[in-house]
Amino acid sequence: MKAPAFDYVRPQSLGEAMALLAKSSGEARLLAGGQSLLALMNLRIAAPALLIDIARLPELAAAVDGVDRVILGAGITHAMIEDTRVPDPSRGLMPRAAASLAYRAIRNRGTIGGSLALADPAAEWPAVFAALDGEITVASPRGRRSLNCAGFSTGIYETQLAEDEILENVRIPKLSPGARWGYVKLARKSGEFANALAVAVADPARRFCRIVLGAANGPPIVLAAASQVLAEGRSDPDRLRGAVAADLDRAADRHFDDFQRHLNIVAAARALQQVTA
Amino acid sequence: MTAIRLTINGTQIADDVPARLSLADYLREPRNLTGTHLGCEHGVCGACTILVDGEPVRSCLTLAVACDGCQVRTIEGFGSDPVMTALREAFHRRHGLQCGFCTPAMLITAHDLIRRGRAASETEIRLGLAGNICRCTGYTNIVAAIAEAAVAAAKGPPDAE
Repeated sequence: MKAPAFDYVRPQSLGEAMALLAKSSGEARLLAGGQSLLALMNLRIAAPALLIDIARLPELAAAVDGVDRVILGAGITHAMIEDTRVPDPSRGLMPRAAASLAYRAIRNRGTIGGSLALADPAAEWPAVFAALDGEITVASPRGRRSLNCAGFSTGIYETQLAEDEILENVRIPKLSPGARWGYVKLARKSGEFANALAVAVADPARRFCRIVLGAANGPPIVLAAASQVLAEGRSDPDRLRGAVAADLDRAADRHFDDFQRHLNIVAAARALQQVTA
Repeated sequence: MTAIRLTINGTQIADDVPARLSLADYLREPRNLTGTHLGCEHGVCGACTILVDGEPVRSCLTLAVACDGCQVRTIEGFGSDPVMTALREAFHRRHGLQCGFCTPAMLITAHDLIRRGRAASETEIRLGLAGNICRCTGYTNIVAAIAEAAVAAAKGPPDAE
């Protein structure tokens, strides 16, 4: 189908975009890569009155390679990360995740900020940036604030973003040289949305170990017991599976059928094995 | 209506478009470039894949109005491009199409895979083609054609040898 009618504006600066969004009283949507939003509009699931095109804003294209972290503007595309055209703080985890995300034609336009702001439960970046302990900067006419990637999404397609806020950048700590990671996406077809997604990061030098489950019928789940197993450096597969199962039992607000539960445990166990192998 | 200026297959164009018009519909209707096909219109089938600023994109998930200042290349715009020539010949020789609906976007995606050096093995080609759906061929001949074209493109045109 075709999108319903809307107005379109392309501001020249982040300040102008914030002003347009603030005065739209909830009738506008921000257009970045549009790879989800325009699909939802073509399907007539979304029908904003105004699109504010932020895809070309220079403020959202910046990539800063700092001492202990990398700052990536929200407008950076999946393909730029896949091709390492921007600095990679994750020692290969982010390019690996980017390459598994949809298809090249989608990755050429879709952005990290758009993925995080949409908060599709099956999306890759919310889980990856949560596993890397990233922080998100959001900007509005009221000022800026910083939010942890873990917890940024509050529900299916729901985030902590206020109506007048624009996701400006993601700040990702650099992994130490000895850090290891695991990334497992289970999907019936390459490029499809994940049926199960697990991201594990072990960085002993920074005393940081975390395993996150995506595609979890809601926001990514930080698996506390499994992260503890990861921190202990154990690779006993039964113990890993038991810890993941215990974490899933604690996530009482999620409802997984037996098949989904099995996929989640398999994905998490495989990600942990990649780290400890 | 919003005024846009863009380059389509090397020709500069100034036009007025409604905001809701997709790049695919803009190319197909006012521009009459009907080699760009529309299947699903939500980014899954890949039939509308074209190049914007040299990179493959879904023209069904791209607004014409957002392409102001961009370079657009459709299947009609490849002329005697050597990689596309090799692909056309290989698709013909290996019978890489049946109904032809997916073919223009298959060619554009294959062109990008070869350009980026991502057509070195059958596995790599199949991964790269995952976003282009064909309902006729079962892909075997398409993959074979792309593998053949990648080899031919690496060798260069016969008269250069």
